[in-house]
This record gives sequence, structure tokens and C-alpha cells, in this order.
Amino acid sequence: MSKASLKREQLHEVYYYLQLTRQVEQVLTNLYRQNKVIGGLYRSLGQEATAVGSAYALRRREDGTGDILSPAIRNLGSLFVMGAQPADVMKQYMAKGDSPTRGREQNVHFCDYEKGFIGLISHLGIMVEIMCGVALSFKLRNESRVALTYIGDGASSTGAFHEGFNFAAVQKAPLVLIIENNCYAYSTPVSRQTACESFVDKAAGYGVHGERCDGNDVLAVYEMTKKAVDRARAGEGASLLEVMTYRRMGHAEHDSQQYVPAGEREAWELKDPLARYEARLLAEGYAEQQELDAIAARVAEEVDRAREAAESAGMPQPEWALGGVYGDAETAAPWTRTAGIRNRN
Amino acid sequence: MDENSGNQEQELGIRDTGEILATVLEKPEHVRNTQDGKPVTMLEAIREALWEEMERDPNVFIMGEDIGVYGGAFKMTEGFIDHFGENRIIDTPISEAGFTGAAAGAAHMGLRPVVEMQFMDFVSCAYEPLTNYIATSRWRHAGAMPLVVRGPVGGGVRGGPFHSQNPEMAFFHTPGLKIVYPSTARDAKGLLKAAIRDDDPVLYFEHKKLYRAPFLREVLPKDDYVVPLGKSRTHRAGKDISIITYGMMVHESAKAADELSRDNIDVEIIDLRTLLPLDEDAIIESVKKTNRVLVVHEDTRTGGIAGEISMRINERAFEYLDAPPLRVTAIDTPVPYSPPLEDYYLPQVSDIVTACRYLAKY
Repeated sequence: MSKASLKREQLHEVYYYLQLTRQVEQVLTNLYRQNKVIGGLYRSLGQEATAVGSAYALRRREDGTGDILSPAIRNLGSLFVMGAQPADVMKQYMAKGDSPTRGREQNVHFCDYEKGFIGLISHLGIMVEIMCGVALSFKLRNESRVALTYIGDGASSTGAFHEGFNFAAVQKAPLVLIIENNCYAYSTPVSRQTACESFVDKAAGYGVHGERCDGNDVLAVYEMTKKAVDRARAGEGASLLEVMTYRRMGHAEHDSQQYVPAGEREAWELKDPLARYEARLLAEGYAEQQELDAIAARVAEEVDRAREAAESAGMPQPEWALGGVYGDAETAAPWTRTAGIRNRN
Repeated sequence: MDENSGNQEQELGIRDTGEILATVLEKPEHVRNTQDGKPVTMLEAIREALWEEMERDPNVFIMGEDIGVYGGAFKMTEGFIDHFGENRIIDTPISEAGFTGAAAGAAHMGLRPVVEMQFMDFVSCAYEPLTNYIATSRWRHAGAMPLVVRGPVGGGVRGGPFHSQNPEMAFFHTPGLKIVYPSTARDAKGLLKAAIRDDDPVLYFEHKKLYRAPFLREVLPKDDYVVPLGKSRTHRAGKDISIITYGMMVHESAKAADELSRDNIDVEIIDLRTLLPLDEDAIIESVKKTNRVLVVHEDTRTGGIAGEISMRINERAFEYLDAPPLRVTAIDTPVPYSPPLEDYYLPQVSDIVTACRYLAKY
């Protein structure tokens, strides 16, 4: 494992975010099984360290002046690091009326520009283009800010990945792109996604700094990302990083994973990032067991409060679908549902 | 900061760093025609709008292929890079999706990008960011999208199937986008300024055959005028037949109207100017007056805007009609290259005259 450059309380904070991610997802799984989650549930079990360790390397502010991050579907932990609230995430998954998108969008597809995150859409690769533009705006305004985004091994095959990242590289925009190699894109293994031996090989093709690390070592992810973030802030341009991890659950909860070879998941369970981090904190004297237990208990309380808030929240009113397509024009309601039918002219 | 971007920043919680410097160098001659009281072509009007908006608002910047030192394929941004610098006039890699998506990211941060498509035919490459990301952003509570994607469209210049298209209807179906298609120099300047100042994403279509058309040269007002989006213009008032049209076909319809006036057929021409949102009220008002309507567009027939307009008339003015709504359009093929083929493809003045005579007699 890598050497820790973080202070004791920071190391504990990282532990808190790993715990928070795992426990929120566990509660979401329970809600899913109770049919309270609308649609799919996308777990990051076993790869929480990639999201938490990388986001922790950013400059976080609450006033819209810090760095900006855009997650992929399995980077819930990165949103928590940036300040997203567990209740908001649960409300998103439950399509509640007071979710950040008022029921219009799902899961981690939501934004908070003050805290510094931009939710993804489902079209893979496009966030590389979007975050290239965010990074470009920092460059244009000469702001000391960095944009960071994630992409899965599968989405690295898209044209959007190439167009967005190439533009950022050419412009020397302060963009850090993390390829989260978790071995599968839905059911498709990495061997069917690229002929490269590793994704970080692609960095040379874009003329940028590239590095990869063990994605289940949260501090290794932090250190590698910090270096790239510092480079970007110093005007040295974009970086392409690869974190190697493993998706222990299916693509979503419904996925039976029959395509996974026997024994593969079990092997990766032994490399669980949370258990490894906990063992290291204890072994190297960065934490006592009761401190970690207290953090886990605090998280459990917070997550339970969030679940209560999300469960008791109301659903959106049907006609809320109408507003906000344009800033200055209203969308017409279906005429068959309006009082004006008699007056049609 | 102008009012619009102020609202945007308030909504998104983005602070104004005030670190972008507006250029104070003297305006070169080719963007000073209006100021000097000289007439301008449509291309010059668009160029003036771009220049003046960049001077007015430091958040406005332009991205596109070959727009810097070269000044763009049609020389629209000639001389811009010398005055505004390469941070605000960005020569992009050949990647329409990439830089259109990047424009969205910059718009999130409170900038007002103007994206140039070298030819609008290539906007199909940016269909994904435009329809999925940009058009839905405000509705998704992901923030306003103050950006413009503009470029040359249209046939009649022997450009072949990939430099002559009218791709407006590929986007007309997408809630959240606005579509502008001017037909005069005055409208082109005022509509582009309105588009740049608008907080919603605007696709802005410029007919390349009108760019330098001498008959469109006119002296524009010296003041900082805008032409509001979503409002059509009566190009010619008449009482017998309404022609609903836009772009190049406004002028072809006007030629037809001149010819028809010799037969005492009095044609009204409504220039839509903005296709989305559609100025439905103006269409209905005109149809109620003339009771006969012809929609003319250079775009192909199936799925063209004539179908939508006809349905709106059906919904709101059915009992006013003395004849079926008809259309004159391009044929349903790609745009051919060879002159005899392209002329056959495109709607001609004679087609409009024939259709109007049919309607008048109906």
C-alpha cells in the first residue's frame, strides 16, 4: 500500500466517506427489494475507494468557487466527498417530489454547482466533452480550478471520450480523466473493449500525463489523483489516470452475472477496499478500533435519518412535468385535460 | 455583466470573477459598416452581431474549425483572433460533438459560447450533445444553457449532398432547443444578438446563398437593436393566400407573389424567422384573413415543418379554410450535386406560382 500523506483526521474522514458510501448503498438495496426504488439500482460495492480517494484530492468549497467533478454511475462516493446529502441521493432513487431534480431524473443524475458536482446523463462518454468545457472555462477566466471526471472501461470506447479528451489535451485544459477499470461494461469484459494492454497506454496517444494504480487502495488513488490535480492547477494540462478495480455486483440489481467466471468475485472480495483500509489504519496506528467503530455507528445513524426523510417525502404532482423546458415559454398541457376544451377555436 | 448572465449566475451560484478583459482595440473597417452608415450583406450583418456581442459581454466566446487565423470557411470571423485573442476565438480539432459538448460545460460555468459549424450539415455529429444533454439541461434542473450553434445551410450553390442540407427538422422535434432561420440582413443581426443573449440553447441557421446576395444589402440601424425570438414577420401583406415560409424561400415566394399580382392574386408572406418556438398565433391570424394557405420550405417534404404547421391550422382555424392547406418543398432525396438535378430537387418560383393558382381557383 502507498504511503499516507494525509493527517490523522483526514484519514478518518476518508474512512467516513467509504463507510457512508457502502452503508447508503446497502440501505438502497433494502429499499429496492421493498420496491421503493423506482427503476434500477447501480452498486459500487468493492470500488468505493476509486471515487472517494480521487474526489478527496480536489479543492472543495461550498460557494461555487472550488473544483468541479462529474461522476459516472458508480461514483456515488465522490458526490458525498463533494458534499451531496444521503437523503437527496435516496430521494433521487425513489423519484420523490423534493429530490434535487424534483422527480425528473434519477440516481446520481443531479447537480450542485455550489458544492461542485455535475450529474451525468446516460449517454456514455459525453461527460468528458462537458467537463472539457468546464475545464476550458477555468482556463479562459484564468481561475485556479480543476475539473475531474470518471469514465468506465466500456465508455472509453465512445467517440465522445475521444473528442472530449483530445480537445482538452490540445487546449491544455485543467481536466483530470479517471478511467475506472472495473473489468466489465454490463456483461462485456475489458478484452472485448480495447486491444490495449491497459487503458493508461492511451495517455501517450493524447500527449498527456498518464498513470495507473490499484483502485482498491484508497490512499494510492488519492495520491495519484492529487498529483494530476496539482499538475492541472499549475497549468500543465490534462491527465489520464486508470484505477484498477472490480465490479462485484451486477450492472444493476437485476443482473444475475452469469457471465462471470467461477471464483472471480470471491478473489476480489479478499481485496475489499474498506476492509483493507481499516486494517491498514489499525496496523499503522492511524486509528484505534473504537474510533472506527464510532465512525461506522455515526454513519449508520445518519443514513437511517436520511432513509426516514426520503421515505416520508411525497411524490411530485403530475403537472410538474410541464415547467422549465424553456426559460421564457411554457409547455402546453394536453388539451384533453384542460378546462378549455369547450372553447377551442 | 448583462442582465441575462446575471440571472444565470444567480441561478447556478457561480461568481463573476471579472477576470476576462473586454477588448478595447479599435474596431477594424470590416465590422464598422453600420457604424459608418454603409449597407451590409447578410454575412456582414452576422459578423457585426458577433463582434458587437463579444465587445459587449466578455463571457461570449466562439469555437469552431478554422475560425482563427484563417477567419472561417466563409470568413465570418475574419480578424477576430487579432482583437479577441485565442482564448475567445478557439480553433478546435475536427470534432463537432466534442466542442459542442464543451460549449455546454462552459455554459454551465456562466460563459456564453457561440459554436460555429463550418457547414450545418456537420451538426449531425453533435446531435448527441444537443438533443440529449443541452436541450434537457434546464428541465433536468442542471441549469440554463446560454449557447448558440450557428452555421451555413441550404442548397442552390452546387455543394452536393453534404454541404447543402437544411437539417432544422432533425432538431425541431426536441423540446428545449430554439431554432432561428433569418432571411434578411436586418433580422440576421438582431436575431443573432437575441440568440446570444438568450438563456436557452439556440440553433441559428444561415442560408449560404443569402450571405453575399447583393439584393439583401441594406443600411442597418446604428443602435443596439435585437429582434425577439419566437416572433414572425409579415414580409408582404396580402388578402388572398397566406404563404408561410422562412429563409431563402421568403425571397422565392416574393418573386412568385410579384408574378401572381399580375393576375390579381394578392399573396401574403409570413417569414417565420424562428421555427422553434413557432409563432402559431401569427400563422392562424393570417389564415383567418386569407382562408387559403401554402407552406413553402427548402427542406425536404416528409417530416418538414409544413406538416406541423398544417396540423396547427387544422386545430385552430379549420372552419376558416376555403381550400386544403398545401405545401411546396424539396423532393424527398439527398441534395444532388449536378445543376439540372439540384434545380429539380429545389422548390422553384414556378412551383409556388402553380400552387397559388391552384389554391386561388379551389
